[in-house]
Amino acid sequence: MNYTVNTRRFSAEPRPGQCLRTFLRERGFFGVKKGCDAGDCGACTVWLDDMPMHSCLIPAFRAADRQITTIEGLKQDGKLHPMQQAFLDAQAFQCGFCTAGMIMTAASLDDDARANLSEALKGNLCRCTGYRSIEDAIHGVVLADEDVAGMACGRSLKNPFGEAIVTGDARYTLDIAMDGMLHLKVLRSPHPHALIRFIDRSKAMAVPGVISIFTWEDVPRRLYSTATHEDHLVDPDDTYILDNVVRFVGQRIAAIVAETVGAAEEACRLLDVAYEILPAVFDPVEAMKPDAPLLHNKDGKADHNIYVDIHGEVGSVEAGFKEADAIHEMTYSTSRVQHVHLETHSCITWKGDDGRLHVRTSTQAPFITKSKLCYIFGLSPRNIHVFTERVGGGFGGKQEMIAEDLCVLATLKTGRPVMWEFTREEQFTSATTRHPMTTRVKLGAKRNGILTAIEIRVVSNTGAYGGHASETLAAALGNPLTVYRCPNKKADGYAVYTNMVPAGGFRGYGSAQTTFAIECAIDDLARLLGISMFEIRRKNMIQPGDWIESVWEGPQDVTFGSYGLDQCLDRVEAALAMTHGPARSRGKDWVEGMGIALAMLESGPPTEHRSGAEMKLLPDGSYHLAVGSTEMGNGSVTSHRQIAASVLNSRTKHIAIINADTDRTPYDTGTFASTGTVVAGKAVALTAEALRDNIIEFAACFTQTAPSVCCLEGTYVLCGERRISLVELYAAGTREGHHFEARRKAYSSLRSVAFNVHGVCVAVNRITGEIETLQSAHAADIGRLINPMQCRGQIEGAIAMGFGWALYEKMVYDGNGAMVNPAVRNYRIPTFADIPRSEVYFADTYDTTGPLGAKAQGECAINPVAPALANAVTDATGIRFPDLPLTPDRIFEKLSFQP
Amino acid sequence: MDLNTVKEVKRPESADVVIWRNGYAWLAGGTWLFSEPQLAIDTLIDLETLHWPALHASEDGLDIAATCRIIELDRFVAPLQWTAAPLLCECCRSLLASFKIWNTATVGGNICMSLPAGAMISLTVALEGIYTLWPREAAPRQILAADFVSGNHANVLQPGELLRNIHLPTAALTRRFAFRRSSLTHLGRSAVLLIGTQNPREGDLLITVTAATTRPVQLRFERVPSADELRHHIDAAIPDALYWDDVHGTPAYRRHLTYYYAEQIRSELGQKGARA
Repeated sequence: MNYTVNTRRFSAEPRPGQCLRTFLRERGFFGVKKGCDAGDCGACTVWLDDMPMHSCLIPAFRAADRQITTIEGLKQDGKLHPMQQAFLDAQAFQCGFCTAGMIMTAASLDDDARANLSEALKGNLCRCTGYRSIEDAIHGVVLADEDVAGMACGRSLKNPFGEAIVTGDARYTLDIAMDGMLHLKVLRSPHPHALIRFIDRSKAMAVPGVISIFTWEDVPRRLYSTATHEDHLVDPDDTYILDNVVRFVGQRIAAIVAETVGAAEEACRLLDVAYEILPAVFDPVEAMKPDAPLLHNKDGKADHNIYVDIHGEVGSVEAGFKEADAIHEMTYSTSRVQHVHLETHSCITWKGDDGRLHVRTSTQAPFITKSKLCYIFGLSPRNIHVFTERVGGGFGGKQEMIAEDLCVLATLKTGRPVMWEFTREEQFTSATTRHPMTTRVKLGAKRNGILTAIEIRVVSNTGAYGGHASETLAAALGNPLTVYRCPNKKADGYAVYTNMVPAGGFRGYGSAQTTFAIECAIDDLARLLGISMFEIRRKNMIQPGDWIESVWEGPQDVTFGSYGLDQCLDRVEAALAMTHGPARSRGKDWVEGMGIALAMLESGPPTEHRSGAEMKLLPDGSYHLAVGSTEMGNGSVTSHRQIAASVLNSRTKHIAIINADTDRTPYDTGTFASTGTVVAGKAVALTAEALRDNIIEFAACFTQTAPSVCCLEGTYVLCGERRISLVELYAAGTREGHHFEARRKAYSSLRSVAFNVHGVCVAVNRITGEIETLQSAHAADIGRLINPMQCRGQIEGAIAMGFGWALYEKMVYDGNGAMVNPAVRNYRIPTFADIPRSEVYFADTYDTTGPLGAKAQGECAINPVAPALANAVTDATGIRFPDLPLTPDRIFEKLSFQP
Repeated sequence: MDLNTVKEVKRPESADVVIWRNGYAWLAGGTWLFSEPQLAIDTLIDLETLHWPALHASEDGLDIAATCRIIELDRFVAPLQWTAAPLLCECCRSLLASFKIWNTATVGGNICMSLPAGAMISLTVALEGIYTLWPREAAPRQILAADFVSGNHANVLQPGELLRNIHLPTAALTRRFAFRRSSLTHLGRSAVLLIGTQNPREGDLLITVTAATTRPVQLRFERVPSADELRHHIDAAIPDALYWDDVHGTPAYRRHLTYYYAEQIRSELGQKGARA
């Protein structure tokens, strides 16, 4: 068959059942991405004879003799297509994984379609941006600032990889070809709890192309946790690479490597596994009962599946409730949701010519992954290299080692390169989720609204394995309580094993779950007392000078490096007051309401966290920056360059950057808990300062001027009256044996606090239960904005994710613990049509602890969104909906209105 | 996605030459087939090579080939007297699929999938369509659209039997109509989709309930009923077990909206000339 892809013509015979997406990727058109592989996300959009199509749904044979255009073919005469340029100008991407498909779709729209993007973009999902910047791009809004020497910090500069992203040239994890590649597939358990009695591999081994089959008998019998924390003691060692005990539907049973994906899949289906089915338990409260089936029997200690319990009290809540004029008590719950980063988990491993093992992967923590792999396989750290190139979204889901281990195993055993790509279904059934938490909140207050006692009891469902269970539980009992000054606080938390898919890290990390509970409860209390939602918060929220404390006494390393919670609340109140009014009424069946919620986040995690950076001046007078932290759409490479450029009084374009590579960058404990700016960013600032001093010191010496009259200016050094180019200085220095380089580390100790306030106005249809958002306003206190456009983008993305969590998303399970809706089609993340354009405000603060005045920003913005929405729905309907999500069918149930 | 179990694609020039066996599947647009693993399928039989003309309008009505792409239906310009023709676009827009899918997905494919939310089913049942089916080893047969779908993802097709054509009669296309749809998300999969039609001269009422129920349900009234009559008819026609239960809406919700929208349609079409 004859094919024309862009300007390339060739003959090829696709496999009979092959779709166009893989046909194109196998021929090097890596701009064609896989997001869902089922026609729902649009990441694989290409044109067939100028008609946009989802290439994952097009049989490859049907594309023969037609003009196929991929993102790589959109450039004309070396010039970007206007839509590519528009996406670049509006920086309408974060991780960039959806961008190629988004551009291919947007570039095909006529004016009518552009006027109705809700319809036109319903087949394109973006999990990062919240769609605002995409809308701006399509409407030709230019947002990026110019790159001016000495003015890098605080400007909306472009992502250094932006051009590669919009042209499809950016290489994500699987966007490379390699000779002799084997493909790995995994057989997964259909049972929630079982013992594997026997695995017969004879039929599977007979499938042509199958190279190796691995079961629990073939792996190191070494327990570990898939959660990637440097301090391995914060997670339980409860997991084997492959186990003979199955604890959830979707757990790995066996891994097969074969010459083709098809052969590996077929062999998986032909494996004969004899299971002994065990009783299972799915509900954490049931699992805590003495006679519940036990998941992990450690030393015969029957601890009723409670992996960890955390308790604390300051003051006396008993006394506090006695003092109270009003007491509110209610149980609130959050649902199980998935990250749905557009790039699924994926990994390629190979033995290099250097004899070392190379692991190219999609991770938020390459260094921790490396140490875990060394531990499990007994490898020497010098013989293994773990790195990322571009990562298509993380949100906490990639703070987990759930792909690399099997690939490494297979490469070690076969000596060949091995690739493994999770299917979208596997993302749902077998990767991690947010911990569902049920929180009983009891609040006591005086008549004037002053809190006298806060007590919460949290039960967290960690699923079959306990990664992140203790840390998320601690976070759940931390900041959401800390943000209220109250002399008497108490919290009890339990993280419980059940036969469910394991939970893990997810933006908001435990804190989001109890912020939902407490912020709803504060609202309910205000209603009980008859005071406003703003007043009750102003009366009780933490103030500078307050002792920062949740329920544990003792010294902490948290401080008010800055404080802008008051500004945030004022901004949101003003925004809502501007536009909220009865004039919006949509008819008699619609009722309107307003809701707010606030959240606090410590900038950086409480456990040990560190990050390193290295910088060099290069012979051409430009700089090279190597930093260990990961970029997965969080914008850290952009802000790190800006921080360095700012310190070096340079332009960001003169700073090349590499990140997240155990061979080429300094050590980093992982990018999560907002460490990208506050820890890695600080390392970059310290390194850039050291290099600046190094250069000036040499320049001063070289020109025999005082260092105090020397300064950097773009690609020159000014030494008094003299101006020397960095090229000349480098040459001179090198002749004298001087090294223009520096390396520094930063620690996450002395941490500041960041704040977010979200406010919404909604209309609720009393009959259909539909919720329409009339207004969404967010204020963030994240210190100085290194890159305002990027900060706004992070917040909008978090808001969108919060909307999804609050209003749409829910993983649904059958009675056997199997997920009912493991596809993007049935687990709906927000589309363009689902997300309002939010107003985003920033408090005017400058943090004294963070790099160049900045604080944590990527994580916390999600926390107040769901409770603000729930509070608005309560305000509108007079009914409290304490469980997420607030889908119309669940709203209607309680409205019980009969037309 | 790749269908790795598929070992062969047949591209016949005529459907008659196909001797059916298990493991075969007709390939229309492929937008569902390629969206999930199809482990039971080893051979795809391409319908595209049959080159059935997509649309044919005549005095009798509209004939839609099963292989007519959604985009072609959406762009069809109907004669002015076909007052119900806007339903064509309404129903295309009721699909969860984006316009890009419309470029390949077919009307027949949506119908043969027989999902409760299949908007081409809503359309063709509401417009009193007649399907022409081609059994493998018998003469073509015709069936009322309303009788085709028998449950979620189930229909009357025998193994290998093809849906060839959908005929929408002029009498149905010239009726007034009212349309109501609801989804748990914006532009999401339909939880409830109701269409009412009426011959303005006769003042009758035909209400078609889809998405809410596992199969389409039609309520036919010679005169516009009272609100009570309508409720009783729905009570009788739709037992609780017929309301569809999945992640796109609870049965109670679908039931609730069925009554609510049916009453709105009754009220709308009860007024003379509202949308004729």
